[in-house]
Formats: sequence, structure tokens, C-alpha cells
Amino acid sequence: MKALTRPTAATGALLVGGWLLVALLSRVLAPYDPLHSMIPLMTPGARGPDGAVFWLGTDALGRDVLSRLIYGARTVIVVATAATLTAYAVGMGTGLLAGYFRGRVDTVLSFFANVILSFPVLVLYIVIIVALGASAANVVLAVTFGSAPAIFRIVRAITIDLRSRDFIAAAIIQGESTWRILLVEILPNSSGALVVDFCLRLGYSAITMGVLGFLGLGLPPPTPDWGGMVNEGRTMAFAFPHLVLFPCVALSSLVLGLSLLADGLREPAGRLRRVG
Amino acid sequence: MTILSVEGLTVALPQGADRPLAVDQASLELRQGEILCIVGESGSGKSALSGAIMGAPAPGLKVVAGSVRLGDQELTGLSEREWCRIRGRRIAMIFQEPMAALNPAIPVAAQIMEVFELHARMSHAERHERALALIRAMQLPDPERIAASYPHQLSGGQCQRVIIAMALAMSPEVLIADEPTTALDVTTQAQVLKLIRELRTAHGHAILFITHDFGVVAEIADRIAVMRHGRIVEMGAARRVLTQPEHPYTRELLAAVPSLVPPASPEPVAAADSPSHPVLTVTGLQKKYGRVRAVNEISFDLERGTTLSIVGESGCGKSSLARLIVRLAEPTAGRVEVNGKCFLSLRGRELRASCRAVQMIFQDPFGSLNPLRRVGAVIARAAVLAGADRRTARDRATELIDRVGLPREALDRRPAAFSGGQKQRIGIARALAMNPDVLIADESLSALDASSQAQILELLRKLQKELGLAILLITHDLRVAAQISQRIAVMQGGRIVEIGSAEQVINSPGHPYTRELLESAPGRGLV
Repeated sequence: MKALTRPTAATGALLVGGWLLVALLSRVLAPYDPLHSMIPLMTPGARGPDGAVFWLGTDALGRDVLSRLIYGARTVIVVATAATLTAYAVGMGTGLLAGYFRGRVDTVLSFFANVILSFPVLVLYIVIIVALGASAANVVLAVTFGSAPAIFRIVRAITIDLRSRDFIAAAIIQGESTWRILLVEILPNSSGALVVDFCLRLGYSAITMGVLGFLGLGLPPPTPDWGGMVNEGRTMAFAFPHLVLFPCVALSSLVLGLSLLADGLREPAGRLRRVG
Repeated sequence: MTILSVEGLTVALPQGADRPLAVDQASLELRQGEILCIVGESGSGKSALSGAIMGAPAPGLKVVAGSVRLGDQELTGLSEREWCRIRGRRIAMIFQEPMAALNPAIPVAAQIMEVFELHARMSHAERHERALALIRAMQLPDPERIAASYPHQLSGGQCQRVIIAMALAMSPEVLIADEPTTALDVTTQAQVLKLIRELRTAHGHAILFITHDFGVVAEIADRIAVMRHGRIVEMGAARRVLTQPEHPYTRELLAAVPSLVPPASPEPVAAADSPSHPVLTVTGLQKKYGRVRAVNEISFDLERGTTLSIVGESGCGKSSLARLIVRLAEPTAGRVEVNGKCFLSLRGRELRASCRAVQMIFQDPFGSLNPLRRVGAVIARAAVLAGADRRTARDRATELIDRVGLPREALDRRPAAFSGGQKQRIGIARALAMNPDVLIADESLSALDASSQAQILELLRKLQKELGLAILLITHDLRVAAQISQRIAVMQGGRIVEIGSAEQVINSPGHPYTRELLESAPGRGLV
């Protein structure tokens, strides 16, 4: 919590917190139903016939851009967080096992991680989504596939380091069970670096979602999705820049917020690891 | 002739440290051809003092008052540029970790030649010739080969000689040596100390020698300054300080130096119950790494209430032996029996059920405790593993923290709140929570100051008496072994070269290596 007194971390927390609030209160904040068609291609600030204001304009199907943006925040935060958490569950589990047991377990797991890492991520995403179809669950699966190997590597390296400490030897000599050693002795000591990585990776997942949406591989329409909104507005971007600009700014500010937060957390986290 | 004079030097610690001043009004004079030893325990400010003299105080420290004069030049307040002309040329330094002070990617001769490049105009051939001459002067075997070697190809002692050669390259007037032999084996330490003494005599260097070990002081000092809490509490000629110390703290430090004389034959404390049969029997234990036999045909047994010390230098296999016994590594051959039952064939659940009997305390007090877990939870968990339920485990933790002499508040703190000696006590409490029959102490005293070392030894002795523990003490220090053991085994190259009663090994050693170890033990003059 002390980290939040530093300007970088505070700015990051403000941006991320703001978007979280928007996502939580989307029902209250959005002026319109994000799926409801009204007047197509209104410019930002234009008024409708009944006197309603479209602050960010409407898209080609006459849907309010602001409302879609607000509901889109909910989509990106829920799906990106789910994807990152799943990636962490897989990467951390395998990383702990490989780093603790080394030997054959490590060889096999590292081999798979390296194979995935050596693949261009984007190609990997496209293959998965094209093969399995566009849905939130498959986006989660694709991101897990893409990120878990990197998380695996970090956790494995930290585990190998911690494994050689005497307090692990003490636990082994006392007959402590292996899973307790992994979860009570090793995992908490690696949390400093992992919290920072988690924030960064959440940002990456948000970008990935944007990219997938832009390629038409994200959530199926008409779900409000920032990447999808950019994709839909792309052909008219010169005439109606608001269709592309606002979703891009939204995505950038969320990712920037996460990066700043990670930066702000890094310093004290680093110190914690050194004490260990 | 006075070469270096320090007057009222005061170094401030950053705010929030446990005291305001690292060095408080230190004054001393260093004369030509003398070795002045600054002795103190960790945190006494001795390294802060040497850093301040070199014009390079550690980060966070600040010289706030006093003067340092080299010849007739005032050194405090010099710019970094002016310092560059003094460091290495007029004042040179030797560090504790020789390996860390050398660049691993450059042959050592080239590193010595660099000093000449910085401070003198010479041709390449001349620099090389001078570097070789220095290496020769360090009494290193086969100087040409050493000169072309990289640091990792040399032993710790050889590296330290190279460092000394670098320090002496420009024939500095003052040499500051900060714990230069602490990281070395005793036999190597004895050789390096001898070399430093000879250099002093031959070239008249003025040497400021910083150490925590009064044994080393007795070997090398002409004069002694004793530091405590940043102050020099006593200073005088070596003989006088060693034989008639005036300050109570000096007396305390001197008393804490373990002597090589075993205390009037420590009685085995068991005797009462069973007519001694061994709790731990090791037979023909062997561990090969590739073709290297790290542990080679080791056999001994250990009886209840007695202590066996395994003494040897680094790399002799003594720690590998400990790891084999507690099953942190699997031996290539041999048997380990605990209470008459084979210990090595146990697997999984069976092992977990019987591992209680053999517990270990470790060398590094910082690494041996999980930094995030509270002390009480750590000890109570050990008690739970030994079969206690949660409630009694908590009581047991309280009982043990009393037993190892720590306040009960310790239970709610995390390891970072404790000193090295206190952490070792926590480690002991954790091991005792398992109700062990055998306690293995792997260099558990070597990271501690002499006074905490003496206290922990005392604690082990007391616990042994109360609980009838069998202790296997693994150490590089014969002096420590002499203090607590009934029997001593000397290890070299993976083998036990000599084993016998403490008195017999120390007073009439049978093996030449034992004799060498005994002769190298620093401070034999001290009694």
C-alpha cells in the first residue's frame, strides 16, 4: 500500500481504478443500451431528434459509442483478468514443479514451454481461434497458451533459486510435505516479482484482446468490445475518426495504467525479494 | 615515523539506523613498518572507519567531522579526481572476498598490469615484467602459469595473493586490509598472514588490518585498536592489550576466543540411562559426483549425550556428509543407522515419520529461516510435524523460545528483526521442536562473532546436558571443536584421516594433516 504514495504507482492506480469503476457501474453510467440501434454515424456531441446527446457519436449501426465503450470496459476487464489468471494458474503450477523437482519433469515442461515460445504468438492465437471459434472462453484459452510459458519461466527460475535456500532444506528434513513446501515456503517468497509481472501481463492480455477483436477473432458481435469497435470503424476512419479514436484511447489508458502500477510496485517488490 | 594520522574522525549513519554515528571520534596513528589491527565485532564500525579513511564511505554513510592526514596531505574533502591519484598509488586496499575483487574474464597478470597502466608510464613489456615480479614476490608457485590464469583457475588463497600483489604494485605507503583472511581456510590463512608479516618487515609498509578475530590479531598485530559501537575503546601495543587488557570489553572479546585447550575433559552427559549404544551409526558412507568421491568410506558412530566434531577445510566433503545423513542427498554406497534402524532405506511416508530423530541447524542464519513467516509459526509447525496438535504446538514454541534464551515477543516477529546469533537460536529452537535424538550443526557458528559464537556453544552444551542430545558438529575451526567435543574426526579429501578423543587429537595428533591444521590455528599464543 505504501507503494501508492509514489506518483507513478498512484497515477497507475487511478487509471486502473477508474476503469474498474466504469466496468462495475456500466449499467448506471451508460446513457443507452449498447446494442440498441438509433441514428447511424452521428458525430460526437450531436443531438438526436428527441434532444438526447451522443457525447462520443454513434457507429454505422446507430449504436451509442460512449455506451459501447463503457460496456466494453466490462468485457475487457473480465475477459483479460480471467485469461491472465488462468495463464497464471497453469504457468505457476508447472513452473513450481519444474523448478522444484528439476530432472525429467523440468526437461519435459521446459521443452513444451520453449516450443510454444518459439512460435509467433499472433499465429498461435489465430490458429486457436480459427480452429475453435470466436468466444470469450477461446480468447481465454488463446491468451493462456500464449502467456503461460513466460510465467512458467519466471516461476521456475525463482523456484530454483529459493530451492537452494537452507529454510527449504530445513522443511525437507522436518518431513514437511512437498506441496506444503511449494505453497507455504516457496510461493509466498516469489510473490513480489509475480505481482509486478501480473499487472504487466494483464495489460498485455488487454492488448491481445484488442488485437484479436481488430482481426475479427475476438468476441463475436454484437458484444461491445474495444478491438471489435476499431475493426468495425476502420473503413470509415478518415470520415468518422471518432469510431476508431475513442476505443484506442480507452485501451491505451487502461494498459498505461497497468504498466505504471507495475512500475510503481516493482521497487518495493524488488526489495522484498532481496531480503529473502 | 607516522604515515597516516586520523583525528576525531566521525562518520554519520543514515537516519533511522540503530545509532546515529557509525564511527565516533576515532583517532589513531599508523607508523611506517607496523601493522595496526582494528578489532571489533560486526557492527562495531571498523569497516566504516576504513571506508572513510579511503575516502569511499559505504552508501548512506557520511564523514561529518575529523581529519585524515597522509604524510602532510589532508585527505578529507578531496575531490574524486584528487582521490584517484592517491588510491592505488599511496593507499591501497585488500578486500575480504578475493574472488569478488578480481575480474573473472581477465587473466590475473593483466589485472595487475592495469594498475601500472593507470598510475605509471611503462612499456607493455615492462608492465608484464613488473607483474611477474610481484607474483613471484607473493610466493606463488609457478608464477608464469599463475600469471596467465583466470581467477576461477586459482584457489581462494592464490587469488588473495594476487589481490595483495595488485595492492602493492605501486608500493603504496599505506595498505588497508579489511578482513583479508576471513574467507580463507585456516592453513591458507596462516600462509597469507605470514606473507603479510614478511612484507611489512621487508618493505616497511604501514598496514591497517581490520579483523573480528582476536586469534588473527595475536598472529599479526604490532598494535591493536579495539572498536565498539563506533568508538575506539582501547588502543595499545599488541603484547600489552593481549596480556593485560584494560577495557572490560577487550577482556570480554579475549575471553570469547575459543582456545585450543579442551575444557577439563567434557563429560559425556548421558550415562544415566542405557549403557551407551550409539544413536547414529554411519558405515562406509560414500558419495560420488562423476568420478570425484566427495565422501569416501566414512564410518563413525555417535552416542547419546556426546559430541563428535567433523573438522576439515572447505571442499573436504564435511557438508556433503551432513547432507547425506539427513537425506538431502542420496549416497552412492554405505549405511546410516539411527537408533539401530536403517535410515537410508526409508521412503516417503516412513521417512517423514522417522526423520524427527535427526535434525540440523545451518550455517547461514539469513538463509535458514523463511523471511516471510513468523518465528512462532515456524517453531509450532515443526512441533506439529513431530506429532503435537495445534494447541500444544503453540505452548511448545513458547517453551522452546524460553529454552534458547529469546524473549517471548520473538514468537510474533519475522526473521529480519533478529541478529545472526538470535537467528541461530531460532534455528536451534526449530530443530528441537522435532524432539531430535541427533542434532547436526553444519558450520552453524562460523557466520557469528566470537562472543555470539561462545554464547551459542554454551547454549548447545546446556541443551545437550538437559536433553541428552547427540551432537554432530561440522566445522572448519579446530578451536570450536575443541570446546565442545568428546571426540574429533579430521576430514581431508572426502576421508576421515584421523578420529579420536578431543584430547588425543589436539594434544598428540597422529596424522600430518591434523598437525598442519593445529599449527595454522590462529592465536595459539593466546590462552
